[in-house]
Amino acid sequence: MPQIRHKPRRGYEDVAVCVPVTIPYERYATKTAHWWIARALSELAGRAGISHRDFDGLSVSSFSLAPDSAVGLTQHLGLSPRWLDAVPMGGASAVVALRRAARAVEAGDASIVACVAGDANEVDSFRKLLSSFSRFAQDASYPYGYGGPNGSFALLTDHYMRSYGATREDFGKLCVAQRDNALTNPHAIMKKPLTLDAYLEARPIADPIHLFDCVMPCAGAEAFLVTTVDIARDLGLAFARPLATIERHNPFPDDPVQFRGGWAMDIDELYAVAGVAPDAIDLVETYDDYPVIVMMQFEDLGFCRKGEGPDFVRSHSFTNDGSFPHNTCGGQLSAGQAGAAGGYLGLVEALRQVTGQSLSQPVPDAKRALVSGFGMINYDRGLCSGAVILEGDAP
Amino acid sequence: MSEPLRPPPRKDPQAPTRPPQLPPQERSRAALGLVGAAARGVFALQRCGNCGTVAYPPRDACAACLSVDLAVEPVPDAGEAIAETTIRTTTDLYFRERAPWRVGLVRLDCGPSVVTHLHRDVAVPGRVRMVLKLDRSGNAVMMALPTTWSAPMADDPELRELTASPKFRRVLVTDARTPTGQAVVEALVKAEASLVFAGIAEPFKPFAGREKLEATERVQIVPLDLTDTSSVESLAGEIGGKTDIIVNTADHVRPGGLIDGPGVATARVSFELNVFGLQRLASSFGPAMRGRGADGTNSAAAFVDVLPVHALANWPGFGVHSATAAARLSMLQCLRAELRPGGVRVLSVFTGPVEDDWRQSVPPPKVAPRQIASAVVRALQEGIEESFVGDVAADVAARFAEDAKTLERELGS
Repeated sequence: MPQIRHKPRRGYEDVAVCVPVTIPYERYATKTAHWWIARALSELAGRAGISHRDFDGLSVSSFSLAPDSAVGLTQHLGLSPRWLDAVPMGGASAVVALRRAARAVEAGDASIVACVAGDANEVDSFRKLLSSFSRFAQDASYPYGYGGPNGSFALLTDHYMRSYGATREDFGKLCVAQRDNALTNPHAIMKKPLTLDAYLEARPIADPIHLFDCVMPCAGAEAFLVTTVDIARDLGLAFARPLATIERHNPFPDDPVQFRGGWAMDIDELYAVAGVAPDAIDLVETYDDYPVIVMMQFEDLGFCRKGEGPDFVRSHSFTNDGSFPHNTCGGQLSAGQAGAAGGYLGLVEALRQVTGQSLSQPVPDAKRALVSGFGMINYDRGLCSGAVILEGDAP
Repeated sequence: MSEPLRPPPRKDPQAPTRPPQLPPQERSRAALGLVGAAARGVFALQRCGNCGTVAYPPRDACAACLSVDLAVEPVPDAGEAIAETTIRTTTDLYFRERAPWRVGLVRLDCGPSVVTHLHRDVAVPGRVRMVLKLDRSGNAVMMALPTTWSAPMADDPELRELTASPKFRRVLVTDARTPTGQAVVEALVKAEASLVFAGIAEPFKPFAGREKLEATERVQIVPLDLTDTSSVESLAGEIGGKTDIIVNTADHVRPGGLIDGPGVATARVSFELNVFGLQRLASSFGPAMRGRGADGTNSAAAFVDVLPVHALANWPGFGVHSATAAARLSMLQCLRAELRPGGVRVLSVFTGPVEDDWRQSVPPPKVAPRQIASAVVRALQEGIEESFVGDVAADVAARFAEDAKTLERELGS
């Protein structure tokens, strides 16, 4: 077979990411995904000073729109976009939505793209979502104890702890720091401080996963705009530039168990295209649906080598004023997981931090953020991953 | 090491019976393709006919080469357990009732990694032997077992959910007048059934083996005539609420076909016992069993039918008898679906010609009663839905799987 020469990645010209929007979460709500997405689009338009009809591009991520799709949403909400996208990638949704929207804007297929994720959470929604998640999960993981994501991540966590010597104290340190960050975020759903002792004494859910390793499913929405630098300036919007992005699906299919994600395939190019090294990053937002994945991301995103995650955690502090500011709004573990909006949480928070609009405690001199996404336990592992480096545009 | 199972306490008549729930039932068609192997106790997965890759979870195309030529075939059952968890919280009602539930990730020597039920005596990391079994919703699932086996390991609670072990259960053997029935009673007692009801039609008629039966501990002779509706209903009224397993050993056998045979009157007697007898049993005992499928250690577990393998294709020398067997097989399929909501299994034990007075003219190999008895116990202990006793039954089953029409022609010569 012929050798294929892959086209080198290239960075972005003239793309602005702006207007970070969070519609405050609720644990359970009778409102629909349409309601949450409408609130987010309204907030986007209002803060940009334009009408929602001015959005000529729309990217939607939601698990609970059925029977509607992104198409139905255009009519329901009165948009007439010339570019429409649906990104069903859970925790990787925001990075992927941003990547696609940025190229659309660069190419002139759209000029203002509203990227939005929102989900409903009625009582019993979570159980119903699980039961129809994927064919492999239905056939080959749910019939075994029906632990849902808890069960799948418990197996990965167990294996990671055995292989690399991570302890519950290490995971606890991350969770406690995120709770500290969340206490500075008015939108966080968790309002009470968390101590390491409370973390360690929490009830087991699926060993070795305990209560505070799990996110709280809730309802809510997150959104941002992707447009050109000129339009952002004309509208007077603080913005960030995407320096580089990566995306990968079903990486390393022959690994017997997941101990690395797709970032490990692409991370060198991320930094090469961005023209920065890991030590030039001021804050990191990882996908934290279970702390073991956070530790894997520290390794796979190049902050330490494979297997050094536990040591890295022991030698850093992760609060917004710490040596490695991380999940600065509390992450999903403490701010809540509003379905697909969980995949947007880190990006929207990073955008706030690097554009001086932070709601939580600002990270000092925050200029560059790395945001990482991870999603979709199709069977035994998360398949989708992505990352972006955002740089705030100095006014 | 395993805690041995304790005999269940006497049931509190005021306590509610735990309602039966089923584990998740939905499966893709490819996943249903594993049911046949699981039903017969064979460890089999999809293998690609083009590149040989073993595919799991079941799929519609090979991920290694995109061939759609995937056939379920036996594969090596060895593997390495590399991770484990114990699930304590779930939104599923079946597992919620049974938590904590141990689950493992096993890398099979033949390739794929599988999420699997994990026996409590498996050390992680460590070697395992995999089995494919039917769960209570009738779907194929995997379980990882220790590589060395000792008797108490059978008491693992997850394994008991995947089987219908007679241990500590109460069993009705429907016809204990015959050597086969008596061998089954004896084997069940040996397999630690807590009580075996030995059904005898017309108990005033003497029969060989009666003294031994009466002298055996944990055996109780009960009057049962499957050709008499009121006899069946009356016994069900008495013991239906505490019958956990039924083994139907009744079989009326006469040689002959439709032209060269004993006629309609005799055929009617055969159908009355073999077919309508089964129906009477099912309709009288079935409802209580279905309601007691999750009733603790001695829940209702299985309905076993011992039937001639010529249910699969007619053997003209015993043509009418084969016809009753075919009807019986069809009824078992129906009963299986009807008992499934209670998590109660229907196990078919197919036999070749049995060594008895009516088959003196049949050349060997023939099946001895103790072979049938050990097949019944094994089917229960291992949860095997279709077993074939003796060389003739295995041969007929193999030919049936190959081509039913060819088998018909072969049996007709």
